[in-house]
Amino acid sequence: MSAVPAVHTLSTGAEWSFDLLDTYDRAIREIAVGEFKLDCYPNQIEVIASEQMLDAYASLGLPIGYAHWSFGKEFIRNEHLYRKGHQGLAYEIVINSNPCIAYLMEENTMAMQALVIAHACYGHNSFFKGNYLFRQWTDADAIIDYMVFAKKYVMQCEQRFGEEAVEEVLDSCHALMSHGVDRYHHPAPLSVEDEQRRHIEREKHAWKQFDDIWRTLPKKDAGPDQRRRERQFPPEPQENLLYFVEKHSPKLEPWQAEIVRIVRKMAQYFYPQGQTKVMNEGWATFWHYTLLHRLFDKGLVDSGFMLEVLSAHTNVIAQRGYDQRGYGGLNPYALGFAMFTDLRRICEHPTAEDRQWFPEFAGGDWQKVLDFAMRNYKDESFIGQYLSPKLIRDFHLFAVADHESDDKLVIDAIHNEHGYRKLRRLLAAQYNRDNQIPDIQIVNYNRRGDRSLTLRHRQHRGRPLNEATEEVLKHLHRLWGFNVRLVTVDDADKELGVREVRAA
Amino acid sequence: MSIIIDRRLNDRNKNAVNRSRFLRRYKEQIQHSVDEMVTKRSITDMERGGTVNIPLKDISEPSFRHGPGGDNESVHPGNRSFSEGDRLPRPPSGGGGQGGQGQGDGEDDFTFSLSREEFMNLFFDDLELPRLARTVLGDVREFKWRRAGYTPSGVPSNLSVLRSLRNASARRIAVSAAVRRELAEVEQQLVRAPDPELELRATELRKRLDAVPFLDDIDLRFRNRVREPQPMARAAMFCLMDVSASMTEDKKDLAKRFFTLLYLFLSRKYERVDLIFVRHTDNAQEVDEETFFYGTQSGGTIVLSALKLTDEIIEARYSPSTWNLYCAQVSDGDAFGADPEKSRAFLQDRLLPQLRYFAYVEIPDEPEHLGSLAHAYARIDDQRFAMKSVTERGEIFPVLRELFSKETA
Repeated sequence: MSAVPAVHTLSTGAEWSFDLLDTYDRAIREIAVGEFKLDCYPNQIEVIASEQMLDAYASLGLPIGYAHWSFGKEFIRNEHLYRKGHQGLAYEIVINSNPCIAYLMEENTMAMQALVIAHACYGHNSFFKGNYLFRQWTDADAIIDYMVFAKKYVMQCEQRFGEEAVEEVLDSCHALMSHGVDRYHHPAPLSVEDEQRRHIEREKHAWKQFDDIWRTLPKKDAGPDQRRRERQFPPEPQENLLYFVEKHSPKLEPWQAEIVRIVRKMAQYFYPQGQTKVMNEGWATFWHYTLLHRLFDKGLVDSGFMLEVLSAHTNVIAQRGYDQRGYGGLNPYALGFAMFTDLRRICEHPTAEDRQWFPEFAGGDWQKVLDFAMRNYKDESFIGQYLSPKLIRDFHLFAVADHESDDKLVIDAIHNEHGYRKLRRLLAAQYNRDNQIPDIQIVNYNRRGDRSLTLRHRQHRGRPLNEATEEVLKHLHRLWGFNVRLVTVDDADKELGVREVRAA
Repeated sequence: MSIIIDRRLNDRNKNAVNRSRFLRRYKEQIQHSVDEMVTKRSITDMERGGTVNIPLKDISEPSFRHGPGGDNESVHPGNRSFSEGDRLPRPPSGGGGQGGQGQGDGEDDFTFSLSREEFMNLFFDDLELPRLARTVLGDVREFKWRRAGYTPSGVPSNLSVLRSLRNASARRIAVSAAVRRELAEVEQQLVRAPDPELELRATELRKRLDAVPFLDDIDLRFRNRVREPQPMARAAMFCLMDVSASMTEDKKDLAKRFFTLLYLFLSRKYERVDLIFVRHTDNAQEVDEETFFYGTQSGGTIVLSALKLTDEIIEARYSPSTWNLYCAQVSDGDAFGADPEKSRAFLQDRLLPQLRYFAYVEIPDEPEHLGSLAHAYARIDDQRFAMKSVTERGEIFPVLRELFSKETA
């Protein structure tokens, strides 16, 4: 950091004002958008008090949401921890919407506000706008309006059908939330016109291809296998349980189905966030670090400002070792920041090792490489693609294998030549959604018989379901109204066990 | 361009609904904690929030997740001494170092704080207190509207016509003084010698006089009223309890709630409430609260001794002319020989005339069975006297109902 003598700093001291916020925002924008070409939504910066920050925590960071006791629980937990001083509040909350809403706490000093503006309004903001998962799955323009609708709709239902009836549906939906997301886009259904056109085209085609000889071929008897397949519904297993319930539940009232839909939409909105935690935080942290350093280099802020920023920054990216107190896994901020910083280093100052591992971009244009990575990856693939041996060494990573058949834990790989690839593969797998969320799909809805629903759980490497499974099945049963069966199979489709909830 | 908005003045209690729903849903568990607090706290200290613990497993939200077991690898930072192929014993908690999903440090209980209002509501719920009584108790202080001069703004119904017109007239005089003076001069000159220019000037001045409005916004005055806390008197509350061996812990707990309720009511009404605890077996003693509820003493039962002691204390320290006296008595109803009849006579003739209210609660061993004291007391016919046989918490309030309804009306 080369200290240019401060010619004209934007401000001195810790106090902030709305004018200063604006000044800093302009200065940071000039660097972020002007120099580094970050592509952002417009920003809406809102200054709030700490109680309001607690409020925002509880509703999953959304500024508005329907009423439910679980949000109250979250609120009470945070409030208690905060009041007792066990836990500080986050400096900011940022919402993936257009305009991108960022909350700043009034207690922050000017330096912290600038850090938050750089982090949220330019870091997260550009990530929301650029990353393919967010582009694919969230509609930044509509989310706030949709939540306003959801809140109103749930409230109206409560008035018409009673709070308890609504709460029951919401409870059940929340239990199934992690299994209420689409992971792949379905083709949009054809309109009637298109369908008709296609039908005519096919007939024409058949007409042209007509050859009477085919009629003379003896027909193969449709075996029992095929007949069974014809009866099978859904024809393919469905992994979006909430979607299936919403569309096909025999017992749900229309308003209940609409509530299922609301929860499903919310789950879908949060789906990208869960899969880009490392990247998203890493990206935002990398940019606040880079932008504020640039601010300092231009002489717009003094070293007191910078010291405060750096002290906060080092707190955020602190990574404890596995055997240290308070270890809670890999810190996504630390890992993400290290990876983006490392990418820049590989571009700017590549070593022989880097050239061997990353021949495609070692020594390339770092801005382009980072931008490409941000746009086209999620945590799992990002780590699988870009985690360098240097970082594995820096973090002293090691892998532990915990196998059912072995009564001891085994160290699988450590940070040496032999272990790099394996560690990278294992760490990437750790961020694979299948590793956290069991594979449970709807395989059969007995439409003509007892209307029972059959789910299949395919065990992921012999890992059983947790204790709450029975409870969740009861919730599903409540939404479905008829018998619900969960069949557990192993990797080879061998049946291992059945759980069933029968209608009373 | 960024928009910067100050939202600090927005609604701060967005989660009040969610919070109250949570409390409603887990009322049973929370009530349990509240019960414990009631037992531990002193009567005068009842009115504040508290910390509640709920077992974490009771409030967890279920979802499909992997349980422990099966094959699993996890990557951790900070290796110091491990080499590939090292074998380690499993940590005792099972599952081994799971992939760091930040499950926290395994708290067993969900702990949070109840506010004063929430605590009191749960306390009242337990006593099945009716709404009206709750509002009486919920009000921190009583206020009275008092006139406090006049203000330049207010609602039309508070408009003071006299003041407003007086202001208007003063303004008119002040504003038009200079004009009128000039007009007078001009008119005088005109009388002496008519002059068309002066004539013109006079018309202009008259026009300006006419333009002064009769009533202007700034003249308006409204009667002002302010809410003022009412001056409050002082009260003394006598708690009388039979502490002979037949009064079990459960009965004492019930008694404590009864005394607390009366105390809360009185502390709303009066600036200062003195509590006097009188316990008795076959003789009466004045004791402190701790001894009153938790001290043990054995002996027979002579109710009259307590009433007499109360009378003596009133005589010595609490003159009925300067104190509002309230008395609450709890007993299991056992009284022997001539004692009940003597007590009734003493209460009716000597004590009651000095008191604002006397409430008697009997906690019998079997419900519906009236003790001999209750039989004797039943003959007292006085507005200031109330009695009830109580076996459950919900039955306490009716004893005080008359007192509450009378005082709120």
